[in-house]
Amino acid sequence: MSGPEPTPGVPKWVYIVAMPVVNLAAAFLVSGLVVLLVGEDPLEVVKILLWGAFGFQEAIGYTLYYTTNFIFTGLAVAVAFHCGLFNIGGEGQAYIGGLGVGLACLYLDFLPFPLLLLSVIAAAALFGGAWAFIPAYLQAKRGSHIVITTIMFNFLAATLMVYLMVNVLIEPGQMSPETREFDAAAWLPFAHEALAWIGIGFARSPLNLSFLWALICCVLMWGFIWHTRWGYAVRAVGGNEAAAVYGGISPARTIILAMCISGALAGFLGVNEIMGVQHRLLLDFTAGYGFVGIAVALMGRNHPVGICLAALLFGALYQGGAELAFEVPKMTRDMVVVIQGLVILFSGALEFMFKPYLEAPFLRRRQVGAA
Amino acid sequence: MEAFGLFILILDATLRVSTPLMLAALAGLFSERSGIVDIGLEGKMLGAAFAAAAAAYVTGSPIVGLAAGVAASMLLALLHGFACITHNGNQVVSGVAVNILAAGLSVILGIAWFAQGGQTPQLPEAARFTPLVWPGADLVAGVPLLGPIYSELISGHNLIVYLAVLAVPATWWVLYRTRFGLRLRAVGESPEAVDTAGISVTWLRYRAVLCCGFLCGLAGTYLSVAHNAAFIKDMSAGKGFIALAALIFGKWRPVPVMGACLLFGFLDAVAVRLQGVELPGIGQIPVQFIQALPYLLTVILLAGFIGKAVAPRAIGVPYLKEH
Repeated sequence: MSGPEPTPGVPKWVYIVAMPVVNLAAAFLVSGLVVLLVGEDPLEVVKILLWGAFGFQEAIGYTLYYTTNFIFTGLAVAVAFHCGLFNIGGEGQAYIGGLGVGLACLYLDFLPFPLLLLSVIAAAALFGGAWAFIPAYLQAKRGSHIVITTIMFNFLAATLMVYLMVNVLIEPGQMSPETREFDAAAWLPFAHEALAWIGIGFARSPLNLSFLWALICCVLMWGFIWHTRWGYAVRAVGGNEAAAVYGGISPARTIILAMCISGALAGFLGVNEIMGVQHRLLLDFTAGYGFVGIAVALMGRNHPVGICLAALLFGALYQGGAELAFEVPKMTRDMVVVIQGLVILFSGALEFMFKPYLEAPFLRRRQVGAA
Repeated sequence: MEAFGLFILILDATLRVSTPLMLAALAGLFSERSGIVDIGLEGKMLGAAFAAAAAAYVTGSPIVGLAAGVAASMLLALLHGFACITHNGNQVVSGVAVNILAAGLSVILGIAWFAQGGQTPQLPEAARFTPLVWPGADLVAGVPLLGPIYSELISGHNLIVYLAVLAVPATWWVLYRTRFGLRLRAVGESPEAVDTAGISVTWLRYRAVLCCGFLCGLAGTYLSVAHNAAFIKDMSAGKGFIALAALIFGKWRPVPVMGACLLFGFLDAVAVRLQGVELPGIGQIPVQFIQALPYLLTVILLAGFIGKAVAPRAIGVPYLKEH
């Protein structure tokens, strides 16, 4: 019988280490087969990927810049998962969160930088959280399914942004739907600039200080989920809603709380993309990062440490994948999309496929011992 | 007369836009009525669109293209079934995987096979489903009122449009008038009861998922071999999700689902026409607002503000047989 519950008598590491590793290995194995199928050498591809992701300073900068996005969206999906909710709307929440970041940078740029940074972070959380609040409220109070509502809200976010960019926020006299460039005082410092302050030379890359904020968010998320009353409520509702009610927890309030935090985390993607890299508000800056968050959370088993590792892996795949497209014309960024799909398939949908096989050796030994 | 001509043109466009929606929404209906959530309609359509265009280009036959499209979509449906039915995996996660996998694979294979940046080469007329002109369409075109209705609206569509229209009564008949349909509806409401009656829940649900794959295959083939003349990266462009919205809007019943698809298709057709037009008393309606309406209406419906959409009771729950 395969199912989510651990079988008694099987050591814990089988579930925490062995199962995720085997699932990931299966995803990579099938990815390798796809590479073979289109007539390329998988080992060569891995070599180029690794070199492209970590081989030189600029590459490392880019890898960590992508990692920043994936930490935010991965944490967002994970917080909702802990509450038993599938937040498929990270993409839309990140989009609207970015809108908040852009508006703050455009209209509050007279503030001293620390205050501006605080308002930008608050705006990202507020806008992203608000975009998650409506689906959460509808799920909690009106019983509409969060998966469907958040999908619809992704599309609603996309059309809303097109409307705002084309009709309202566009810089007058310009053709492409973009706002004016932010005042240089409202740019988040790049990593190479920040490192230069303390005398370390580093190649130019889009990596910026939001990476630190992503790491701080990991710690905050860990503290929230496992060391606060609210985090306990979130896990209780996710684990067994009926029992949570019996314990005096209101599922409706908890669902709304978890989703708002989830949306806020997704919204922080805008801090990296808009304040850190683009320095203007534009269309489609979320570029599917919200969906990668699903793979990151599944792979990282909804734990900040796992999410950081999974985000780094996808960061490396994205940057290495860009390098790969230069070297091997057949292997475009879409190969990374294939790998992403396979990771979601094996680490998510087929999570328990290998469970009986991994448990078998331990169960057999126990039976022998009992006899 | 001018207004009437325009009206007919908009209805004609509505039918063409609604065709893939109807096929995909009916596909989702088979799956979801059996208790399997399917947010992978989009991916199956995309996979089918690619396979159909590739096969039609290589063989020069739209029928072979159709077969390939249906086969690709059914394979993806089987993958979804394997994860959700055999391994009790999370159905939403599996659907996401199917969508992403199809988006990536269609481009990677397209580049490998055709080296045109992920597109398939342009299909010649002979390799496509071309409009079928009904007998006498040209003769009656000049007749007032009925003429344009016959020659524009009824005649002159390709095979898959007619298949989509026929798929609605066919789905209704299968669902409500056959033993398979009765069991399919039962397994989506109460799999325990079906199991107790000695009918395999697994096999029933696999058949439902395969029906879903078949119809999604038609929808995808329509995109690349009938409506357009090539596969283009991400050409399903969210149609699978609009179909999902229509499925919910139609409350998981064939005829209302068709109505929802026609409504969403109509909105799409009107949005193009209304671009930059001043409406008396209202002013300009932003195109984005009309484009957002299907999603907005679905959210409002789901929230129970216009009627109540009640999903099949056992939807999304893997069936664990008690030992």
